[in-house]
Amino acid sequence: MSKVRVLVGTRKGAFVLTSDGKRQNWDVSGPHFAGWEMYHLKGSPVHPDRIYASQTSGWFGQIIQRSDDGGKTWIQPGTPPGEKDAKQPGPPKGESNKFVYDTSAETGKPLTTHMWYDGTQHPWEFKRVWHIEPSLTDADTVYAGVEDAGLFRSTDGGKNWKELAGLRGHGTGPRWQPGAGGMCLHTIILDKSDPKRIYIAISAAGAFRTDDGGKAWRPINKGLYSQYIPEPTAEVGHCVHHVAMHPSRPGVLFMQKHWDVMRSDNAGESWQEVSGNLPTDFGFVIDVHAHEPETVYVVPIKSDGEHFPPDGKLRVYRSKSGGNEWEALTKGLPQRDCYVNVLRDAMTVDSLDKCGVYFGTTGGQVYASADAGDSWSPIVEHLPAVLSVEVQTLS
Amino acid sequence: MIRVVLPGHLRALARAGSEIQLDVTGPVTQRSVLDALEAQYPMLCGTIRDHVTQERRPFLRFFACEEDYSLEPPDTPLPEAVASGAEPLLIIGAIAGG
Repeated sequence: MSKVRVLVGTRKGAFVLTSDGKRQNWDVSGPHFAGWEMYHLKGSPVHPDRIYASQTSGWFGQIIQRSDDGGKTWIQPGTPPGEKDAKQPGPPKGESNKFVYDTSAETGKPLTTHMWYDGTQHPWEFKRVWHIEPSLTDADTVYAGVEDAGLFRSTDGGKNWKELAGLRGHGTGPRWQPGAGGMCLHTIILDKSDPKRIYIAISAAGAFRTDDGGKAWRPINKGLYSQYIPEPTAEVGHCVHHVAMHPSRPGVLFMQKHWDVMRSDNAGESWQEVSGNLPTDFGFVIDVHAHEPETVYVVPIKSDGEHFPPDGKLRVYRSKSGGNEWEALTKGLPQRDCYVNVLRDAMTVDSLDKCGVYFGTTGGQVYASADAGDSWSPIVEHLPAVLSVEVQTLS
Repeated sequence: MIRVVLPGHLRALARAGSEIQLDVTGPVTQRSVLDALEAQYPMLCGTIRDHVTQERRPFLRFFACEEDYSLEPPDTPLPEAVASGAEPLLIIGAIAGG
């Protein structure tokens, strides 16, 4: 019997929601790490009981947590609980939260500044991990997208992290600028068909791609038009909110930009707008059906100044044609007086036969659909503001 | 024996009680106390002072004997009452945020 495990990161802790394949009755565990901002949790596709989590705080900084039993117990990698003596032989301790930008000569172009809000240059300052992406092939390898924007990789289960500095060093870094939420690397997409290809996205810099495993990078923003930046078609500077890809079609990407829903059919070489009949094309999340690569989901948000659904109606929009033609999905969702937001990492799909779709809101609800979006029901309704939602389909 | 009181979140992270006792060799300063704390509880590395710069994180303060020592240089000796264990060093999170 299949099961699903939904990993929810919130402003005040993490929650693990589990159900059988019917996805009707749910067990809720948590809060894990109560009081901490849990930006993202994601399980390894290789070893599903291994879950990595980004635990962060404005007071105490970054912590990386790892579970090897499906979220029942957690450790800081390299620092087993209760171990007090750092003088014991073995790997260095207390390094799992050490994210240090690589400015060594080996990177070729060490960078120390990016553009600040006022157009001046500003030093790179590590703040937090926004997104964790476990490797598709090795449970000990995991990527972390951080603020200020950079990409790190651990190959020892999260004990130590090293920056893939070619991203910051490829030349456009001094033109990257923070969005309202900070200058975050929030999207990491690994390509099962080409292990050396990685897509990432940064707010507000744009989308980037490597084809050599992370050494060389280049912007892939041609076709994006952002009227709010000095040069609307600039190579970088676009506020990309999220990017999604179906594993079976790695060259096809869907993007929710600050404004505009976009599509690329050539691995990001060029983009075209597919906002079509959406009531507003501002939003944060975007995702693709597990079995139908042309079926895409977004949650339109009224505007950049009003981060809530238009008309107080929470509606998921689904396109079955890869964009342009969208239908509102409303059954089971509040259709009046609803003024929540759905943040960029807070939507996901499972891979059960009838695709499940999940999203969380800043109002603390996590909604699930067991029929590909036709109908919805809340799993939980009163969590802290939801930052991220991921799901694991377990056999 | 030096006594240190941590904020609640760091106590949970370290799986420690309300007060920690540390052996500190040499002069008792912010730096030597934090070095000893991180050696005994390596999971706290980076949470009180920055991993690289070793500077105090901005929303944390160090208090002892009803005085704020946060802005003192890290190698300034802490009060004798802390060095003798009569009083704890308090590491306190700023009251800010939600």
